[in-house]
Amino acid sequence: MTTTVAEAGKLPDYDYNIVRQFTIMSVVWGIVGMGVGVLIAAQLAWPALNDLWQPFTNFGRLRPLHTNAVIFAFGGSVLFATSYYVVQRTCQTRLWGGWLIPFTFWGWQIVIIAAAITLPLGYTSAKEYAELEWPIDILIALIWVAYGLVFFGTIVKRNTSHIYVANWFFGAFIITVAVLHIVNSIAIPVSTWKSYSAYAGTTDAMIQWWYGHNAVGFFLTAAFLGIMYYFVPKQAGRPVYSYQLSIVHFWALISIYVWAGGHHLHYSALPDWTQSLAMIMSIILLAPSWGGMINGIMTLSGAWHKLRTDPTLRFLVVSLSFYGMSTFEGPMMSIKTVNALSHNTDWTVGHVHSGALGWVAMISIGAIYHLVPILWNRKEMFSVKLVNAHFWLATIGTVLYIAAMWVNGITQGLMWRAFNADGTLTYSFVESVVASKPGYIVRWLGGAIFTSGMLLMAYNVFRTVTDEPKEGEVGRDESLPVAKSV
Amino acid sequence: MDIDILRQIGVVLGSLAFLGVCWWAFSPKRKKRFEEDAKLPFADEQETLDKSARESDSTAEKKAGEKQEQGQDK
Repeated sequence: MTTTVAEAGKLPDYDYNIVRQFTIMSVVWGIVGMGVGVLIAAQLAWPALNDLWQPFTNFGRLRPLHTNAVIFAFGGSVLFATSYYVVQRTCQTRLWGGWLIPFTFWGWQIVIIAAAITLPLGYTSAKEYAELEWPIDILIALIWVAYGLVFFGTIVKRNTSHIYVANWFFGAFIITVAVLHIVNSIAIPVSTWKSYSAYAGTTDAMIQWWYGHNAVGFFLTAAFLGIMYYFVPKQAGRPVYSYQLSIVHFWALISIYVWAGGHHLHYSALPDWTQSLAMIMSIILLAPSWGGMINGIMTLSGAWHKLRTDPTLRFLVVSLSFYGMSTFEGPMMSIKTVNALSHNTDWTVGHVHSGALGWVAMISIGAIYHLVPILWNRKEMFSVKLVNAHFWLATIGTVLYIAAMWVNGITQGLMWRAFNADGTLTYSFVESVVASKPGYIVRWLGGAIFTSGMLLMAYNVFRTVTDEPKEGEVGRDESLPVAKSV
Repeated sequence: MDIDILRQIGVVLGSLAFLGVCWWAFSPKRKKRFEEDAKLPFADEQETLDKSARESDSTAEKKAGEKQEQGQDK
C-alpha cells in the first residue's frame, strides 16, 4: 500500500533542461503578451495610438496578437514547463521521447514568432483564439502530437503504480486541445496565407465556440488545475485536502465543460434548445469548479500561517480565490436574461481577465516562483521581498482591471437597452463610448500595474539564475544532486 | 424510438455514471489507498527517501537488487 519510489535513495536523472527552457520563455512571453495588452488598452482610451505605425499597429491587428501571446505563448510555455516537471516528479522517471522533447520547445517558439509576424501583417482566419493561418495550424498540430507522445510516453514508463491526479488533468488537457484545434481549424487553403473554414453559417459559429469555450475549459482551466494539484500541496507542505474529491472533481469537470460553448451564442441563429442546454450545463459547472477550488484552498487548513510569510503560496491561494470568483460569474453570465445585459459589453472582457489575470497568470507566477529555485538549485528566489511586491502589484492590477470593466459593462448594457416612451433609443452608441472612457483609463492603469509586476519577476528570476550561489547554499529541493549521482 | 426516450435514457445514464464515480471515490474500502496516493508529490523528496531508506534497512540486504514491491490494489 505505498506509492513511493522503487528503490529508496535513488532518483531518476530528471530532465530539467526542457523545464528550464520553457520556464524562462514563459517569463519572456508573459511580458511581451501583457505589454501588447497594455498598448491596446491605451489605444482604446487614446485612439490616436492606433496610428503609431499603420496598418500594423491597428487595434484590430494587435488584439489577436495579445490574446495569442498571453494564452498560447505565456500560458502555453507555463503549461509545457509545469507538465513536463510534474509528470517526471510524480512518475519518478525521466521524460520519454528523445528528439521529440526539444522539438516541442523549438517548434512552439517558431509558432509564436510566426504568430507575431503574420498577425500584424493582417493574415488571419478570423476565428477567435484560432486566428493563425493554416500552415501554422499544421505545425501546431504536429507539435501537439509530439507533446502528447512525450507526456503519455513518460506516464507509460512510470515507476509509481498510481497516476497522480495532476497528470490526469494535464492528460485531459493535451487530448482535448488536440481534438479542438484540429476540428476547429479544418479549412480549405486558397493560397499560402489564406484559407476558408470548412464550416459555414451557424455550424461554423457553434464549432468556433465549442472550440473557444473549451480552450478556456481545458487550456486555461483543466491544465492549470493540474498545476494547482501539484504546486499548492508542495508549497504548503501538505497533501491535497481530499484526494477523493479530486477524482470526482476531474470527471465532473471534464464531462460538463464540453457542453457549455453554446452560451457564447445566446439569442443567435443557434437552435433555442442548444442555447438552453449550454446555459444549463454552464450553471451545473459551478459545482465541480467550486469543488476544485475548495479542495485547493482547504489544503491549507492548519497551515494558514504560512500565508503570512510565503508570498509564493499567497500567489497560489489568491489565484484560487479569483478562480472561484470567475467561475461564479461565468455561470451567472451564461443565464440568458443576464447575458441579454452583458453580451458584447466590457463585462465579458472583465470576466475573462478576472480568470486570465487573477487565476491563470497568478497561479502560473506562483508555480514559476516555486520552480526557479529548484531548477537552478538555489535555496530560494534572489529576493523574497520582490516576490511580495509582485504579489501586491498583481493583485491591485487585477482588481482595478476587473472593477473598471464591471462598471463599464453594466453601464453599456443599460444604456444600449434604454428606450424612450415612444420606442426610440435613449442613447446613441457613441454616448456609451464616451461614458466608457474613464473605465478604459482605469483598465489601462490596472494592466500596466500588473505588467510592471512581471518586470519585477523577470529581474528576480534573472538574478536568481545568474548570481553565484552563496557559499554552502543548498538547493531547497535536494533531488538534483542525488539524481546526478545515479 | 421517440427522441425524448433517448434523452431520458441519457439523463439516467449520466446520473448513474456520476453516482458511480462518487461511490468509487468515496467508498471506505479505498480511503486508505487514496490517502497514500495523495502523498505522491512528496515521495521523491530527499527527506522522504532517507526515512524510507532507514525503515527498510533491516530488510535491505535480502532485497538488494530486487525491486521493492510497490503500489496498491487496483
